[in-house]
Amino acid sequence: MTALLELRDVSKTYSSGLLSAKSTVALKGVSLTLDEAEPTILTVAGESGSGKTTLAMLLLGFTEPTTGQIIYRGKDITTLSGADRLAFRREVQAVFQDPFAVFNPFYTVDHLLTVPIRQFKLANSRKDARARMDEALTAVGLRPEDVLGRFPHQLSGGQRQRINVARALLLKPRLLIADEPVSMVDASLRASILETFRNLQRDHGVSIIYITHDLTTAYHIAKSIIVLYRGSVMEAGDVDQVIKSPHHPYTRLLVDSIPWPNLDQRWGTERIKVREADTGAGGCVFRSRCLHAMDKCGAVPSLLQLKSHQAAACHLHEGHAVVEPERLSDLLPI
Amino acid sequence: MTDMTAGAIPAPPKPMSRGRRALRYISRNRSLAAGLIVMAVLILFTVSGFFIIDPKDAYPLSAATKQPPSWRYPLGTDFFGRNLYAAMVVGMWQTALIGVIAGGIGTAIGVVLGFTSAYFGGWIDFIIKSVCQILTPIPVLLIQVVVVGSLDKRDVTIFVMAMVIVMLGWMGTTLVVRSQVLTMKERQFVSVAKLSGVSSFGIIFKEIMPNLLPFIAAAFVIQVFTAVFASFYLAVLGLGPLREPLLGNIIWAAQSQGAFFNGWWWWPMEPAIAMILILGSLALINMGLDELANPRVRKAE
Amino acid sequence: MAISDIAEPSAKVFAETPVLNVESLEVTYYTDAGRAKALDDVSFTLRAGEKLGMVGESGSGKSTLALAMMRMIKPPGRIEGGKVLVDDVDLMALTDEEMRQSRLSRIAYIPQGAMNSLNPVMRIGAQMVDAVRSHLPDESRSAMADRCAHALRSVDLDPSVFRMHPHELSGGMQQRVCIAIGVLLEPKVIIADEPTSALDVVTQRQVMETIDRVKDEINAAVILIGHDMGLMAQFVDRVAVMYSGRLVEVSTVREMFTDPNHPYARALINSLPNLDNKGVFQGIPGLAPSLLRLPSGCAFHPRCAEARPVCAEKRPRARMLDTGRLVTCHLFDPEVAT
Repeated sequence: MTALLELRDVSKTYSSGLLSAKSTVALKGVSLTLDEAEPTILTVAGESGSGKTTLAMLLLGFTEPTTGQIIYRGKDITTLSGADRLAFRREVQAVFQDPFAVFNPFYTVDHLLTVPIRQFKLANSRKDARARMDEALTAVGLRPEDVLGRFPHQLSGGQRQRINVARALLLKPRLLIADEPVSMVDASLRASILETFRNLQRDHGVSIIYITHDLTTAYHIAKSIIVLYRGSVMEAGDVDQVIKSPHHPYTRLLVDSIPWPNLDQRWGTERIKVREADTGAGGCVFRSRCLHAMDKCGAVPSLLQLKSHQAAACHLHEGHAVVEPERLSDLLPI
Repeated sequence: MTDMTAGAIPAPPKPMSRGRRALRYISRNRSLAAGLIVMAVLILFTVSGFFIIDPKDAYPLSAATKQPPSWRYPLGTDFFGRNLYAAMVVGMWQTALIGVIAGGIGTAIGVVLGFTSAYFGGWIDFIIKSVCQILTPIPVLLIQVVVVGSLDKRDVTIFVMAMVIVMLGWMGTTLVVRSQVLTMKERQFVSVAKLSGVSSFGIIFKEIMPNLLPFIAAAFVIQVFTAVFASFYLAVLGLGPLREPLLGNIIWAAQSQGAFFNGWWWWPMEPAIAMILILGSLALINMGLDELANPRVRKAE
Repeated sequence: MAISDIAEPSAKVFAETPVLNVESLEVTYYTDAGRAKALDDVSFTLRAGEKLGMVGESGSGKSTLALAMMRMIKPPGRIEGGKVLVDDVDLMALTDEEMRQSRLSRIAYIPQGAMNSLNPVMRIGAQMVDAVRSHLPDESRSAMADRCAHALRSVDLDPSVFRMHPHELSGGMQQRVCIAIGVLLEPKVIIADEPTSALDVVTQRQVMETIDRVKDEINAAVILIGHDMGLMAQFVDRVAVMYSGRLVEVSTVREMFTDPNHPYARALINSLPNLDNKGVFQGIPGLAPSLLRLPSGCAFHPRCAEARPVCAEKRPRARMLDTGRLVTCHLFDPEVAT
């Protein structure tokens, strides 16, 4: 049982300046295993700067890790070539945030669908290709004759994003990385796009990594969650447990700030601490914003297992068993 | 997920074909339209001219000298016996040749180097960019004058002039294309193309290049403009292929014979007007293309 | 002080006379493809200290409404009619110069992505002074600096920010600077157009709490434009729903979330995810119509689950119900034969 995609102790550091004087750690020591046999929906949650976008870029093979390896079906993705590389491309796809940016303005929107059909040989003839495109478009609630043959600027944002999702349906990858797929879409459309993702996972065996900062939608669609902050895992586990009873101070702050559309669930019970001047390098990355910071926090906390499907990296929970980085995936329910 | 809009809301109209859209755009973009019209008139003049005149008449000793415009010689003749109508026709043609050859080669160099530099990055980019930046401040006019001046008069042909002009003319285009490609390659539709299995070359030619066509067209027009203008001032300085009826040559000859003082006003005026029209139409077309290429400046469509 | 400490909105007491009175505002865009009625007979009132949320899909007209109130509509758009009364002064009747004076002093607008409108090469303080100098030509430099320091403190920023450049601040802090500029002259009405769209959830809460506090300090009325119903639930007192340029419902926030009247509002509320209905997705079928080709009668009828024949024929009128709620729907119009 080879895993579909594996991250082994992957770190990514960006350095700027001629002598690499300034470097930012985008992701630190993350290990994750994505299995093919059990398609699931995993949420990677975090604000900007958390490393979630870097994680997406790494999984898609757009950037290389500074340390660690990314393994696709047993092979390091930087060494893939030829048929293997094409297979990787075919099986790992993405839906991005901006519905407009993914379209090449020179071509009609058909281009987004026809190119992968051609490159991956998904159809035998023009008629077959058109039939598949029609099927995918109808499945997302669009009428093919209303959108095909038009240019991106002639359609609404909602229509464009639906076409993006249709592309994913068309390709039926093994792994779909959805990077904030609904954040630029009207509320009324979000529900149907999320439902399409759920159908992909349930009926077509697609595993989805749903990257977002919006915990409300994450709660609804995902089974498991990883909360990132400045490149490190703060908390991970079953999405129900983590959101309903968060144990890490950062997760608590996040959950507390969720604007629930419910008047009886008010935000703001936890005070927001203004970030202190960085208290030196090293130690817990959340320290300067944490209300419970202690001296101990000068040392990086390990991920501690609180329940069978919940763990938090925080000194407050000292005494619990340490979860080795490689075993992170074991925490996540399927 | 049924769509309940059938019937109640009429479907949006089918989009226009590319051709019709282009025509509609041109009618809105005044500069482009004006430039193209003037250019069309000049082209018509030159092409129809070739059916009317004998090219030999553009050279000295073909007609009576110093004749003012008349029915026989519509644009008059010069001191050396050139039929100026024939000279204008042939001269415009030659000017166009220099412009297109030098402009075309310069644009081609610029596009290839610009794309290579931007897409592949690394030390290739560093070298190309540095070379451009080092060559740009060099005073082009001086170098051109020195180079052409040091050649044997008999070796100066149309083609040689075009080459001299290209020599220092490609850097601007390279840098512009480079910066455009640099922006484009970060665009998300390029990432999606990669995800769809498109190769690097596929991305350059099928995804990025089509979007740069307005820029490349504008760069070409600028190159042609620069080339035509360079050929003009080099010829006016007496450095051109003197026998050929290049517009600049005619002016140089007229000036050296004191045409205005002697009352042969038509001799230098005609090439001057022609040059104004050529450069003017190119400038208008460039302005029009600028508006097309830069969506923020775009007023029409 | 967290927002949860504030008493329920319905228990709050607002002044009786409204500080903002919008009457029959109409805006049309004249495009090559036809005329688009971006705002069609929009009317509502707002009292001092009250917060109104304006929701709707993109194209519904909510941003156009803000621009129209500020008289910032550019061609091919035109304000065709209506009044915008702030403290009994009709902004539509003012001269251009008077309107210019009114912006920031009577009515302030914080646009979406306001932090991008900060000049990156100027210090924050210089930009704040720049914004209000024309309104206060005679104020001394030190008085001006004091005013700015006060505004910065009210948005929870240290007055030392005065000397900093925008890039030295985080996104949330930049947005708070924009709010500070908005309240420098203590306007009566503040319009915030998606002020937190680019911010993460924690900073969003911080910014909204800031707007709340500032509003209390100067007793301004706030209009929050957005499409995040959750944000509305946590922040506003009343909610106004726009659809295709028309105002279809205005209710208190509690009424909107527990018992919405208009079918579109009801569909919106039903489509919201919350902790209790995990996994249940209910979108609104169909697409919003193009403003260039609106359906006959009620603009929502093609997508309405409760549409009747009259809905395709006649446009519903905006009616104020006994409860003080406003709804534009035949279902609530007793004069419409069933």
